[in-house]
Amino acid sequence: MNTDVVVNITNLNKSFGDNHVLRGIDLQVNRGEVVCIIGPSGSGKSTLLRCVNMLETPTAGTVVVLGRELTDIDCDLDEARAHIGMVFQQFNLFPHMTALENVCVAQRKVLKRSADEAAKIAHGLLARVGLVEKDNAYPAQLSGGQQQRVAIARSLAMNPDVILFDEATSALDPELVGEVLQVMQSLAQDGMTMLVVTHEMGFAKGVADRVVFMDGGVIVEQGPPSQVISSPVEERTRAFLSSVLNH
Amino acid sequence: MAISKRKKAQYRRIAVYVLSVVALLAVALVVDWGRLQSAMFQWDIVIEQFPGILTNAAKNTIIFTIFGFAGGLSFGLLFALMRLSTIRPYRWFAATYIEIFRGIPLLVTLLILGFGIPIATGWHWPNPYVQGAVPLALVASAYMAETIRAGIEAVPKGQMEAARSLGMSYSRAMITIIIPQALRIIVPPLTNEFVLLIKDTSLISVLGVTEGTRDLARFGRDGVNHTANATPLIVAGLVYLAMTIPLTQLVAWMERRAKAASR
Repeated sequence: MNTDVVVNITNLNKSFGDNHVLRGIDLQVNRGEVVCIIGPSGSGKSTLLRCVNMLETPTAGTVVVLGRELTDIDCDLDEARAHIGMVFQQFNLFPHMTALENVCVAQRKVLKRSADEAAKIAHGLLARVGLVEKDNAYPAQLSGGQQQRVAIARSLAMNPDVILFDEATSALDPELVGEVLQVMQSLAQDGMTMLVVTHEMGFAKGVADRVVFMDGGVIVEQGPPSQVISSPVEERTRAFLSSVLNH
Repeated sequence: MAISKRKKAQYRRIAVYVLSVVALLAVALVVDWGRLQSAMFQWDIVIEQFPGILTNAAKNTIIFTIFGFAGGLSFGLLFALMRLSTIRPYRWFAATYIEIFRGIPLLVTLLILGFGIPIATGWHWPNPYVQGAVPLALVASAYMAETIRAGIEAVPKGQMEAARSLGMSYSRAMITIIIPQALRIIVPPLTNEFVLLIKDTSLISVLGVTEGTRDLARFGRDGVNHTANATPLIVAGLVYLAMTIPLTQLVAWMERRAKAASR
């Protein structure tokens, strides 16, 4: 695996008023790597992810993605975000557009692809995430799992260099989680760089190259899943894992 | 034996129907229908109103309404976006504008802009249509700005985030993702605004319109002066209803359809 750094976060801090959510995060993600961020709710993991594409503006520190320093005021965020995919907990599909249009709209408006080209790509991507003959379905006509797969296809259509997954399966009915994880796993196998905030320990264990455990706005421990999940060093990691795994 | 609750409710319902019928009959017997008709609904006067009430008056009412609505919608959208802007002076300006034009009665605004401005500046309105439609649009835009703002705010925050994270600019996301959804949400209240505007055009006649630019209400009043009979006003009222009822029914239909779709 080649080791270009795709995401490079240095001394990241984020406060909401008096609430100091991120307290000096340093994190690098290499090309082709799948990094899972785990941790209790309120630990700052979603905020960290949202700082990577600047949906939240960090209070201090730098975020560099593909050599662009997003925290620099001169950085063109729209241009940078076009290379950073994001998949949300609530899917956030555009409800007034069909599945195909959802996957086409940014290709057309941002990448300026032709209608035919965008539709062809979108059709192929919908098939890739296992949605055949759903091109003309509106989000409301799809199950949560299907909606999330459309959202993944929508991200993929931009040919992103990295995709951020913000608890992509947390809003799904339990029986629909598998189909989304399966798509994510196949992306990982195809070499996609992924930064994944998740509660799915099975996924983290099976798919991640590296697991990052966060608590209280800092990274407590990180390493390969065999280490962080199977034999954590830190007490806080052990406490979290035992509470997650034993229910 | 005590009467059960459901039986009681049933009796009550029957009683309401009976009382309603009795009340209607009483009114029908008390009213002097012949006198009422001769004062308010003489057929020959009704017929006299046509076709002028349609080709002249209703046409003018529709022209004023459409210009007022189109102007109100465009400026309303502009003020709504300013209200939501991160730039404070924009917010201040829009908020002040909305407060002023919502707070002053349309009648007063019409008089200030229609008469006051020419007196104060020496500038004259190019024609009576513009003189009437511009104040109407300015007031309508204040109301519509609030409606549109509420519509935009009703679109979930995640929609803007999803659009931005795909690389769309703020304005691109607004135009492509947010505003189309907001418009869908506000079609019923906007149609209501349209109905209100149809009725508000009746105030424009205070600006002293000519025969050619009379609206429906003025046409009816002139008819009363002409015939010494209230029939022209009744006909004018019926023409208003002929315009507004289809619209309110359309809104009701759209709301039913939206409800069915969201189920």
